[in-house]
Amino acid sequence: MSAEERTTGPLEYRTEAGRMSILGFWIFLGAEVVLFATLFATYAVLFGRTADAPHPAELFEPSMTLIMTFLLLTSSFTCGIAIHEMRRGNAKGLATWLIITLLLGLGFLGAEIYEFVHYVHEGATLPSSAYWSSFFVLAGTHGLHVTLGIGWATLLLIQLARRGLTNVTSRKFFIVSLYWHFLDVVWIFIFTGIYLIGMVI
Amino acid sequence: MALDEFFVTGEPLIYAGMVSIALVTSAIIFLLTYFKKWGWLWREWLTTVDHKKIGIMYILSALVMLFRGGADALMMRTQLAFPGLEFLDSQHYNEIFTTHGTVMIIFMAMPFLIGLMNIIVPLQIGARDFAFPFVNAVSFWAFFLGAMLFNISFVIGGSPDAGWTSYTPLAGAAMSPGPGQNFYLMGLQLSGIGTLATGINLMVTILKMRAPGMKLFHMPIFTWSTLVTCFIIVFAFPILTVALALMTIDRIFGAQFFTLTGEGLPMMWANLFWMWGHPEVYIVILPAFGIFSEVIATFAKKRLFGYNAMVWSMIIIALLSFLVWVHHFFTMGAGAFVNSVFSVSTMLIAVPTGVKIFNWLATLYKSRIEFTVPMLWSLAFIPSFILGGVTGVMLGMAAADYQFHNSYFLIAHFHYVLIAGTVFACFAGLVYWYPKMFGHKMNERIGKWAFWLFLIGFHICFFPQYFLGLDGMPRRLFITNIAEWLPLNVISTVGAFGMGAGFAVFVFNIYYSYRYSEREKTGDAWGHGRTLEWSTTTPVPFYNFATVPYVDEIDPYVRMKEEGKTTFDEKKLKPIHMPSYSGQPIIMMSFFALASFALVFEWIPLAIAGLLGGVACMAFRSFDYDDGYYVQVDEIKRTERKARGL
Amino acid sequence: MKFKPLPKWLGLLPLSLIIFLSGCGQMTVLNPKGPVAQSQYDLIMYSLWFMLGIIVVVFGLFLYMVVKYRDRPGRDESDYDPNLHGNTMIEIVWTVIPLIIIVLLSVPTVTTLFDLEEPPVTENQTTEEPLVIHATTADWKWFFSYPEQGIETVNYLHIPTDRPIEFKLTSADAMTALWIPALGGQKYNMAGMMTKLYLQADEEGVYDGRNSNFNGEGFAAQTFKVHAESEDNFNAWVEDIKNESPELTMDQYNELLKPGLTEKMSFSSTHLEYVQHHSNEGMGYTVERFRELYGEKLHLDADEVEHQETFD
Repeated sequence: MSAEERTTGPLEYRTEAGRMSILGFWIFLGAEVVLFATLFATYAVLFGRTADAPHPAELFEPSMTLIMTFLLLTSSFTCGIAIHEMRRGNAKGLATWLIITLLLGLGFLGAEIYEFVHYVHEGATLPSSAYWSSFFVLAGTHGLHVTLGIGWATLLLIQLARRGLTNVTSRKFFIVSLYWHFLDVVWIFIFTGIYLIGMVI
Repeated sequence: MALDEFFVTGEPLIYAGMVSIALVTSAIIFLLTYFKKWGWLWREWLTTVDHKKIGIMYILSALVMLFRGGADALMMRTQLAFPGLEFLDSQHYNEIFTTHGTVMIIFMAMPFLIGLMNIIVPLQIGARDFAFPFVNAVSFWAFFLGAMLFNISFVIGGSPDAGWTSYTPLAGAAMSPGPGQNFYLMGLQLSGIGTLATGINLMVTILKMRAPGMKLFHMPIFTWSTLVTCFIIVFAFPILTVALALMTIDRIFGAQFFTLTGEGLPMMWANLFWMWGHPEVYIVILPAFGIFSEVIATFAKKRLFGYNAMVWSMIIIALLSFLVWVHHFFTMGAGAFVNSVFSVSTMLIAVPTGVKIFNWLATLYKSRIEFTVPMLWSLAFIPSFILGGVTGVMLGMAAADYQFHNSYFLIAHFHYVLIAGTVFACFAGLVYWYPKMFGHKMNERIGKWAFWLFLIGFHICFFPQYFLGLDGMPRRLFITNIAEWLPLNVISTVGAFGMGAGFAVFVFNIYYSYRYSEREKTGDAWGHGRTLEWSTTTPVPFYNFATVPYVDEIDPYVRMKEEGKTTFDEKKLKPIHMPSYSGQPIIMMSFFALASFALVFEWIPLAIAGLLGGVACMAFRSFDYDDGYYVQVDEIKRTERKARGL
Repeated sequence: MKFKPLPKWLGLLPLSLIIFLSGCGQMTVLNPKGPVAQSQYDLIMYSLWFMLGIIVVVFGLFLYMVVKYRDRPGRDESDYDPNLHGNTMIEIVWTVIPLIIIVLLSVPTVTTLFDLEEPPVTENQTTEEPLVIHATTADWKWFFSYPEQGIETVNYLHIPTDRPIEFKLTSADAMTALWIPALGGQKYNMAGMMTKLYLQADEEGVYDGRNSNFNGEGFAAQTFKVHAESEDNFNAWVEDIKNESPELTMDQYNELLKPGLTEKMSFSSTHLEYVQHHSNEGMGYTVERFRELYGEKLHLDADEVEHQETFD
């Protein structure tokens, strides 16, 4: 464990510990890709096995999912701005943009919960058929990730208020931003793979 | 839930198990209290983040699990050789083969190898600990508590009984109600998450913390095998995580993934299970290959033949391991084309494996073989493993597999590869690196007794099973009810007890050597060490290397010895940064274990409480900015001079 | 270092294998009674020669190395080369040879695989048309329905010789597999699916059949005898069943689906009209009705299974 510190470059990359954490997180995201890929594969295999429950095309509505997509894509953009502000050394800008990101994320979550409740009222529940099990688990796993991300980033904001921008806090923010962008990418696949295809077929 | 439903009742063997658990637990508690060792246990072991101590805990747990899995095996063999005895009934037998398989793969083979990796890999690459020592402790406690959760099933709630593969719909809520199958799901989930974290941790360690100058193709072969294994872990374990989660949601929350109702698809479980399960086989065999390579090169006193070919064959095996899962169920009726593709991909794995075998043989060519105990295990591996390997190719020929599938031919095959491969490697590696871990060797004479008993027992046990399979005996059968099968089953049982005797002698050797073995004075215990782990003093100081040598070749310690260099260069000493011990990993994982236990019995409020507790621990950790301490130069000097007798 | 004779006796293993094999014409799989088992037997024996070759080569090299290069006092220094670490030529050779072996093994494997998807054709066949038998499993018994003949048997099977049998496999609950090793390899029975397995007997006789895929407590008892007999005898047997056995009512079939062991039975009608276990609608039929029964444990002992076995 060398604690030698570089004096140039982004803060989060200056220590060996920082670089290792970021690499470790990238590998973790690799594992997350496999996790979601498995869920997508399960979903694809179970597609059409709706039994007596409603067919997805009857329930999916373009408007709601478009709003969710808009919220999450925008949050990814604002998250990018937040990291940009962090790189410029602007802790206040980082906090502001990250709070906007989290609010958008909360909006997304709210919309998703509303949607799930709507489906359940229409008779599409977790136990109603293999198809709906795989839908709720796939979308729900993504939603759970977003929830954890919001909780995590909130903890980091408290640390930022206490400690300011150091190479440790900036590393943590950088990692949470990677996580957030990853969730955005997964959502794009959910949006196209589940909602768009589900509406058409 | 009434108490008599909570505890398993009505089985004399299980009552005996309960009594012995109660006795052993009270004995441990009494001894710890009597000798006032609670503080020591907490400070030195339960809170440790030192990779060497965590590795030792892994290996100790694995040995205990080997005992448990072995006891299961002996009970099964007794039942099959003496069908008239009515020793086990069908239910009990089903529980025993389920736990035998699960324990041996998940809680014995993997932790044993991960334990060796823990101790050796940082030493081989000149690192002072893992990249994330805290996470390493978390991983260990996840594994350990997961294993304990799985193991209490036989006294509380009932053991799983659907086979270690847990095929649905048999393992689903409809056909296997009750907590048994939940123990399987939660025990594996908990320890699987720990394994995934270890995979990431070791990967970063190897990629980022190598000694200055050490390129990837300078790394010792065991480290290479670890790196490739970690790659498989990272890409295979999430599949298991998902599969287990889906079955858990099926069973506890009524989803329809693998059910017979709601248009569920039970066969998808087999696919997901083996998409993880086949790579898993290579997770336990590649590190074994790494260990054999190290041991053979050391005691042949010669450089490993075909280093590059060895590395590339491991990489190819790792890639192919993801493309063969269908061969576990050729008989599912996927059609001739699908079976042909997977048949060929399966057989292709024989090519890189064959290359490795020939490389080991070529390493022996023009060498000077010294028959120490680790070398005996490694040499015995080659012919034994070949017998498992060629039958593996036969099983890979799908059309013939229709006759081999689910029979004792298959059982014989995978015990030949897993025991001759993984278990021999665990013994070889443990004996080989034992002096590095404990400061003394294991007794060679007793070690040879253990080796010969185990090896001969192994062949007597499993060789006849090929023929039982060809005679149509299916696996998982609780009685030998066809007379022609009985003689070979009796022979097989004799062999199994031979292996049991070998293991007992091995364990006795641990005690004997602790009492009587000569203590090591140098770091290079065998005198022929080639890699960096032998360049440190024994016992290894907690910071591993006072100064990390510059490495620009394979087997760097050979040249270091020639040039008289050590890992203690007084001019280059600098303060060393080390991580602090922490009680958080065990507390955090205890909360998650509590949640898992609650989920087994479907006590949802308690499960939520446990999960929240675990998450709160993680949040607490996020606010913990303790980033370790520095070991001062004076202390390093004192430690090194004392260890080196300067 | 004192020399210890290493696993030298291991060299005897391939030899013992040969001795074993010469004496194992008795082993069911190696004693095929029909064209399907025959083609699998041929494939196994073909591969076995390659495997023996590999074993002989590796064991030979292994013994040579271990004996010749052991560290013994007074050994010549000239044949010790600690830095020898590669030889491209030889490494290519031992990569290419296994590849060739794989190709030689793959070709017959693939052709046999495709052949097994079709009914076998042999010289003395009485009819080209395979006899269709639905083989359905429920915990822990076998139902064999003969739709053309309109009869059904439980836990035993009659087939004509020299005629391909097309088994239509499905399950009422857990996954199982139909395996009659004397006649050929197995295939899975799965609820919600129908798999097809062609087998044929060339010799008259009584063969062992069983479920080979573990499915719970009664697994060991889920066996049946296959009576392979001439076309005439088979037809006479069918007539007997038709005339003398009762019809299978839906109530009785439901009763039989409950998890448990049953003895042999025969009926002059089939269950096929009542439920289609292989369809999406029918796959849950059994667990929906008898869900609470699966939790009960039988704790079978050997003699209870033995009873099933000897009942004839």
